[in-house]
Amino acid sequence: MKHGAFAFLLSVVPCLTAGVLFAQDAPRLRGPEPFTKEVPAPPMQRQVTDDVRVMRNYPDQPPVIPHSIEGYAVDLNANKCMSCHARKFTEQSQAPMISVTHYQDRAGNTLGGLAPRRYVCVSCHVPQTTATPLVENRFTDMDALTEPERQPERRRR
Amino acid sequence: MAAGISRAWGWFRANRWVKTALSPPGYLSLAFLTLGGFVAGVIFWGAFNTALEATNTEQFCTSCHEMEANVFEELKGTIHFTNRSGVRATCPDCHVPHEWTNKIARKMQASKEVWGHIFGSIDTREKFLALRKHLAEREWARMKANDSLECRNCHSDESMDLTKQNPRAASAHERFLFTGQRTCIDCHKGIAHRLPDMSGVPGWE
Repeated sequence: MKHGAFAFLLSVVPCLTAGVLFAQDAPRLRGPEPFTKEVPAPPMQRQVTDDVRVMRNYPDQPPVIPHSIEGYAVDLNANKCMSCHARKFTEQSQAPMISVTHYQDRAGNTLGGLAPRRYVCVSCHVPQTTATPLVENRFTDMDALTEPERQPERRRR
Repeated sequence: MAAGISRAWGWFRANRWVKTALSPPGYLSLAFLTLGGFVAGVIFWGAFNTALEATNTEQFCTSCHEMEANVFEELKGTIHFTNRSGVRATCPDCHVPHEWTNKIARKMQASKEVWGHIFGSIDTREKFLALRKHLAEREWARMKANDSLECRNCHSDESMDLTKQNPRAASAHERFLFTGQRTCIDCHKGIAHRLPDMSGVPGWE
């Protein structure tokens, strides 16, 4: 029994220590310490609404929304996004059509309209704000990553 | 027939109150009656319009729980309730015509809403949701018919600076609003209240 307790401590203490150590270089995302303390809310960030399409960081990335979507209904009754991005409204709106995958079910069968699993647009597509990231983004574009492989001689020079 | 009408007219003229009303005044002076009538008219007209304006306030509208619990609650949080410059649209700004004749016409139609309140047509959230599409369609039809007059009372297309709008809004207004193809309500539905089931409504999927 005594042996068991010792083994437990032996396994748990390093994890806790590591947690504390790692927590130090990450920004605190959980609010004030202690959590009961009331602090003024941080200011709202300005939305990016310049209507300029943003490059995808990888081909499968859901494109981000370059306009304001404030007050847009996406609920049981109505989907405001589809008033412009549905296939039949793209001519009058000049908005990009939702991808063809959105008209397919998960087995790849083409449906008559927007697939129910794609209905809630903001599950994947989100507007952007001018907020500075809390942690540094070290994402590397796939092209940059494969460049040395594709152009080995350029690397040698 | 003619004899019957003449007999009824004779009976009407013989009535004591009618006789008094139709004979010249015995005691009151002409000046008192004309000036007094004028002053009484001013007081009546003032009182009438004061009462009319009192029924044309947000406070009056939301004194019925149908409005307060449903549509007013939904208005809060939209751009017409809170915004950066603090300009507020209240219920009558959008739902009652500002011009006097049309205002009176709308007020007479609204007597049905008093009936609805007394007999509880939409006294629960469920009844309201069941009727929401019907109610919304009435307002859309009204605004379509008057070319979105209540929107244009504040949002004039002559004062609209397209260069201050984002390109998407500017091009939409240029192509559809300024050419007269569409009116405000055609595109801007559900901006102040939540939408009903939009299936079958043009422009929605």
